[in-house]
Amino acid sequence: MSQMNMVQSINQALAQEMERDQNVLVLGEDVGVDGGVFRVTEGLLQKFGEERVIDTPLSESGIVGTSIGMAVYGLKPVVEIQFSGFIYSAFEQLISHASRIRNRSRGRFTCPLVVRTPCSWVSRGLEHHEESTEALFIHTPGLKVVMPSNPYDAKGLLISSIRDPDPVIFFEPLRLYRAFKQEVPDEIYTIPIGEANVVKEGTDITLISYGAMMSSVLEADEILKGNNINSEVINLRTLSPLDKDTILKSVKKTGKCVVVHEAPLTCGLGAEISAIINEKALLNLEAPVIRITGFDTVVPLAKLENNYIPDVRRIVTETKNLMKF
Amino acid sequence: MPKLSDEEIKELYRLMVQTRVFDEKAWKLQRQGRIGTYAPIKGQEASDIGTSFVLSKNDWIFPTYRNMGAYITRGMPLEKLLQYWSGDERGQKIPENLNIFTLAIPVGTQPLHAVGLAWAAKKQKKDVVVLTYMGEAATSTGDFHEAMNFAGVFNLPVIFVVENNQYAISVPRSKQTKSETIAQKAIAYGFNGIQVDGNDIFAVIKATKDAIEKSKQNNGPSLVECVTYRLGHHTTADDYNIYRTEEEVQLWSQKDPIERLRRFMENKKLWTKEFGDKTFKEAEENMEKAIVAMESLSKPKPDEFFDYVFANQTNSIKMQREYLLKYLDEKEKEIRFP
Ligand SMILES: Cc1ncc(C[n+]2csc(CCOP(=O)(O)OP(=O)(O)O)c2C)c(N)n1
Repeated sequence: MSQMNMVQSINQALAQEMERDQNVLVLGEDVGVDGGVFRVTEGLLQKFGEERVIDTPLSESGIVGTSIGMAVYGLKPVVEIQFSGFIYSAFEQLISHASRIRNRSRGRFTCPLVVRTPCSWVSRGLEHHEESTEALFIHTPGLKVVMPSNPYDAKGLLISSIRDPDPVIFFEPLRLYRAFKQEVPDEIYTIPIGEANVVKEGTDITLISYGAMMSSVLEADEILKGNNINSEVINLRTLSPLDKDTILKSVKKTGKCVVVHEAPLTCGLGAEISAIINEKALLNLEAPVIRITGFDTVVPLAKLENNYIPDVRRIVTETKNLMKF
Repeated sequence: MPKLSDEEIKELYRLMVQTRVFDEKAWKLQRQGRIGTYAPIKGQEASDIGTSFVLSKNDWIFPTYRNMGAYITRGMPLEKLLQYWSGDERGQKIPENLNIFTLAIPVGTQPLHAVGLAWAAKKQKKDVVVLTYMGEAATSTGDFHEAMNFAGVFNLPVIFVVENNQYAISVPRSKQTKSETIAQKAIAYGFNGIQVDGNDIFAVIKATKDAIEKSKQNNGPSLVECVTYRLGHHTTADDYNIYRTEEEVQLWSQKDPIERLRRFMENKKLWTKEFGDKTFKEAEENMEKAIVAMESLSKPKPDEFFDYVFANQTNSIKMQREYLLKYLDEKEKEIRFP
């Protein structure tokens, strides 16, 4: 066990998987000499050399497209896209190819690559540097989407992603990179993809979130406790495939549900969760499922940033209101 | 040597000094928490200013995050630039009388827009040349090549200015492309590419003027590669010591484009210490005024970021905006009367 922040735990996961499997390689802009602009790949070049830790030309489409070819031919590329807001030129490669190669070739070819990319709002970010676009990928059949919310989860989920037989988009919430440290085992461990984590059991209401918003939800939960509201808190960990069983089991118990994400409201993951609950647990519901999310606007820059991101108070207020329904 | 009057040469010097002062001060403001992340242009002033200086008022530029020299040359108020870097998007509302497009952060994406605008201008028979800026790493993107191809095929009045500053954050030019020069990429698309010493403002001006002339005679696009060097860090979040040596930076410091112009002017008796001091002092005063102006701006209204989603507010946007305002109002009351 060591105290680690998320940068360190991801770095360790990469190093250990590269150690274990010669086929794992890391590529992207500034991942080598620089160790990544957030230092997530620091030291890997020195340990594994230029053949396995590759500074590429600036081309997201190029990085992902060539990684598809490598993945098809037995390698395990772990791509870094410097910010998720710059992934779009690789969108065609991901949507039209990575996600479909297994299907198109009827299993003859597969595409086990991982795309790691920082995401989510960060204070004083520039445009495109604070996007939450997970829904675009969740909506794509054939892609798995993972988003950790703490250093421990990040390591276990990344190792599982690297070992997964299919393409995984691994979102790393930027504001968590150095936000806090946590006990993380030094040895290799995995956290299964597709399983949510019930962080705290409760009876009154189910709070569902993921990524960086988990911290706000946990903080809100503490305040709600003081108001005699005993919530059950679910950390999704994997956004696609979604762990419907855990969600439904919880909502059937509590009868109420709040979904929190910072991504825009419309067609966000909250909409899908709400639909699943409506379809499978309608008669257990004591109140409508509500969503606390970012707005359907471009994320504003510094001057108005606090008005965009759902804050702890908003989660508490909305939850209390729902309890009165 | 391009034809320039003494006054024009002095103006070039003034613009370079103003840009340098802006750059160094912006860096400090970021360190003091008064603006956000900033991408310095120190070392590239000749490339940036020379290329913009020779444009006419009705010509257009499509800049990136690093073209503060071009912005300043084209008359963008300093306080607006600062306002943008401070995280106030109203700073990117370019004044109506300036033909400057909003800056592009996704690398390599804006050349296509420049080509499109040039295409529209040509269709409308307007006397307009469009100049798009980028770093050398932009030439690794697909969009760049598509822009070059369209510009060639439709013979459009576009100038691709590549400020080859040797690095894309930490990635050196040698890892970006196997081409011997960036300029030669133009040949593949059927038009001229020229490589110039980007720290020699007269070379930059000559190459750009030739490209403009050519475009005006319906001879289509050109690429101008300005070989230069980013003397500063990539941005305020970067540390260049990780990927390059101080000796290398020192070597390029000796080719500082401002100092080069100064020496030229001194030889021509266009520069005296008095003139130099005065130019710096004025640049600093302009900057101080801009900082005061920027910092005394009132904050944007809390729901300002809903204003420009669409021309006409949709019902959904209206509801979300009302929700926010109500929420903020309640929050404020709670804080005032806890
Ligand atoms: C499409 C895209 N990918 C990645 C980034 C992150 N990034 C910002 S600047 C930069 C390097 C750009 O180098 P170059 O184009 O040569 O211009 P310079 O910054 O040196 O002026 C990178 C990788 C980005 N802005 N856009």
